[in-house]
Amino acid sequence: MRVLAQIGDWFDRRLQLAAPIREAAEHPVPRNTASWFYVFGSAALTVFLLQLVTGIMLALIYVPSAGEAWSSLQALNHDVTLGWFIRAMHGWGSNFMVAIVLIHMVQVFLFGAHKFPRELTWILGVFLLLMTLGMAFSGQVLRFDQDAYWGLGIGASIVSRVPIAGPAIVKLMLGGPIIAGATLSRFFALHVFVIPGMLIGFVCLHVLMVLKLGINEWPMPGRIVRRATYINEYHDLTKKAGAPFVPYAIWKDLFFAAFVLLAVAVCALYFGPFGPTGQPDPTIIQTVPKPDYFFLWLYALLSLLPPSLETPFLLIGPVLAITGLLLLPFLSGEGEKSWRRRPIAVLTVLLIAITLGTFTHLAGYTPWSPDMNAWSGDVIPEQFLHRTSALERQGALVFQVKQCRNCHSLGDLGGQRGPALDSVAVRLTQDQLIRQVIQGGGNMPAYGKNLSPAETTALVAFLETLHPAGQAPARDASRDIVLGEDQAERQAAQR
Amino acid sequence: MSDENNISRRGLFMKLGILFNGLVATALAVPFVRFLSSSVTRGRSGSYLSWVPLGRVNEFPEGETRLATFRNPYVMPTDGKTVDTACWVRRVEGEQFQVFAVNCAHLGCPVRWFPQSGLFMCPCHGGAYYRDGSRASGPPERGLFEYPTKIENGLITIQAGELPTPGASLALLGKKPPCES
Repeated sequence: MRVLAQIGDWFDRRLQLAAPIREAAEHPVPRNTASWFYVFGSAALTVFLLQLVTGIMLALIYVPSAGEAWSSLQALNHDVTLGWFIRAMHGWGSNFMVAIVLIHMVQVFLFGAHKFPRELTWILGVFLLLMTLGMAFSGQVLRFDQDAYWGLGIGASIVSRVPIAGPAIVKLMLGGPIIAGATLSRFFALHVFVIPGMLIGFVCLHVLMVLKLGINEWPMPGRIVRRATYINEYHDLTKKAGAPFVPYAIWKDLFFAAFVLLAVAVCALYFGPFGPTGQPDPTIIQTVPKPDYFFLWLYALLSLLPPSLETPFLLIGPVLAITGLLLLPFLSGEGEKSWRRRPIAVLTVLLIAITLGTFTHLAGYTPWSPDMNAWSGDVIPEQFLHRTSALERQGALVFQVKQCRNCHSLGDLGGQRGPALDSVAVRLTQDQLIRQVIQGGGNMPAYGKNLSPAETTALVAFLETLHPAGQAPARDASRDIVLGEDQAERQAAQR
Repeated sequence: MSDENNISRRGLFMKLGILFNGLVATALAVPFVRFLSSSVTRGRSGSYLSWVPLGRVNEFPEGETRLATFRNPYVMPTDGKTVDTACWVRRVEGEQFQVFAVNCAHLGCPVRWFPQSGLFMCPCHGGAYYRDGSRASGPPERGLFEYPTKIENGLITIQAGELPTPGASLALLGKKPPCES
C-alpha cells in the first residue's frame, strides 16, 4: 500500500491534478438533488463513452469503402469473434443514447434548469442533441446497406429543395454527383472524426459548466428565480445546507449508469445487431427503405403533409424548432421553475411527445404505402366470391390483376393506402363506382386508359357485390324515374 | 511594456508573427476550400453529365416499359456497385422513347412499374405515376424525372450522371415533366 501511495505521490507532484479533482468531486450540491431524476445526464455520458469504445473496436474491422463496407459488416457479423456483439452494442447504444438525451432534455426543461444562470448550459445541450442526431444518421449511413443507400437519397432529395443552393449542397453532401464511394467516405469522416471531436469538446464544456454553476436545485413551487437574488439563494442551498457530490449524490448516478450499460448489453444479446439489410446496389429496386426508429416520425410526417406544405415545412420547420430551443432560456430565463406551476411547459412536452409517438407508431405499419405484393400475394377471401355470377368473378380477377389490392384491402388483406372495400357498394352507387374507377380522384389514379370497357363493367359488377348481407347496396333513386320502374326493378333483381 | 505611443521590439515581433500566420492561413485556405468544394465546382461546368447507351433499340418492345441499367459515367475506384444505376425505359413507338429515373420525384425512393395497371408505384410514401411519367396521386408534386434521350447507331442513349432530385439537376431541368393529361 505504501508503495502505491508513493507512486501516486510521485505522479501528483508532477501532474498536480489530485487537489482540483478532489475539489470537483466533493463540491457541495443541494441535498434534494441526490435524486433518481438527476441521473440522466451522467447516463448519457456513460453511453457516449460506450459508443466511443465500441466504435473504435468496430473501426478495427470496418472498411469505409462503398465496394467493401457491406462485406466488412458481414464479416463482423459472422466471421470475427463476437463482432456481432460489438455491432449490436454500438447499434443499441445509439438507440439508448438518443432516448436518454431526449429524456435528459425533458427532465431539465420540466425542472426549469434552463433558467438563469444556466442558459449557456442549455444551449450547449441543444447542440449536443443535434450532434447526437447527426451521429445517429451518419451511423445509419455507415451501415452501408439498401436502407442506407436510399436513406441518403431521401436526405439528398430534402436538401435539394433549398432554394438556389440546393443542387450545390447535394453535391457537397454526396461528395459527387451520385451516392457512391465518396459519399460513404465523407460520412465516415463525419461520424468518426468531425462530430465525435465536436461532441467531446461540447460535452467537456457542458460538464464544466454544471460544475462551475452548480447542479440545478430541486424546484420548489413558489421559489421564484430572479437574476438579482438567485446566486445568493443557491449559495445558501449548497454552502450552508448542501452535501458533497461524492459520495452523497453520486451513488445513484453509478447505479443507473451500470443499469443502462446492462440494459444495452441485454438488448444487444437478445435482439442482436441491426442489419445490414440487402446490398447497396441501386439496380435492386425491390426494396422498401425505412429509416431507423428516431427518424420514423419524420418518415410518417412526410407522407401525411399536403404536398404543397412539404417543402416549406422541411426548410423552415427545423430552423424554427432549433431557434425556439436556443431562445428558450432567454424567453423564460426567470420565474417559476417547478413543473407544478408551469402548465404550458408540461402541455408542450406532452403535445410533442404524443405527436412524435403517434407518428412513430404510424410509421411502424405505413398505412399510406401501397402493399407492393398484395395483388399477387393476398387472395380475395372466399366469402366475397360466394354466389357470384361469371361476370362478377371476372371482375374479381380484374380487381386482382390491376393491382387494386395494393391500395385497397378486402377482409383485412391488402394495402391500406385507399379505403377498405369490404362494403364499398353501400357507399357508392353504380355510376359513382364507374366514375371513380375511370377518372380516379381523391388519392386514386385514373384507370380509364388501363381498363377496357368490358373490364370496367366486370370490375364494377364485382364491386357492387361488396355489401354486408343485411344491407342493401346504394342506388340512385333518380334512375327509377329515368328508366321507368320496370327496368329499374329488373336491374335490381340482377344484382 | 513601454509608453502608449511606443511599440516595443517584442510587441512588434508578436504582431508581425500574428500577421505572418494570418497570411499563411489565408494562402492555405485557398487550396483547402478548393479541395472541399471540388465536388460542387466540378459539377457546375456540367462535366458530370455524359451520353450513356442503354442497349439496342430492338431490345425494347414497342409499347412496353422495361428496367434498364447503366454504369454512371463518373466513377471513382472505391464506388463498388453504387455506380450501377437503374432506369425505366418506355418505348412509346418506333424511335420514340421515354426514359425515367427510378427515383420518385417526392423523396427519391425507387418506384416500381406495374404493367397491368399501367402505374409506377413508390413503396415509401405512396406516390403513383401514369405510364407517361405524369403524376397520378400521392405526395409527389410533379411527374417522374426524365432523362434526355437520343438514338445513336441503333442504340438508345441517355444523358445521365447526376442523382435526380426535386431540386432539379442540370440534365433533368432541360426537359419539362410531362403535363398531366
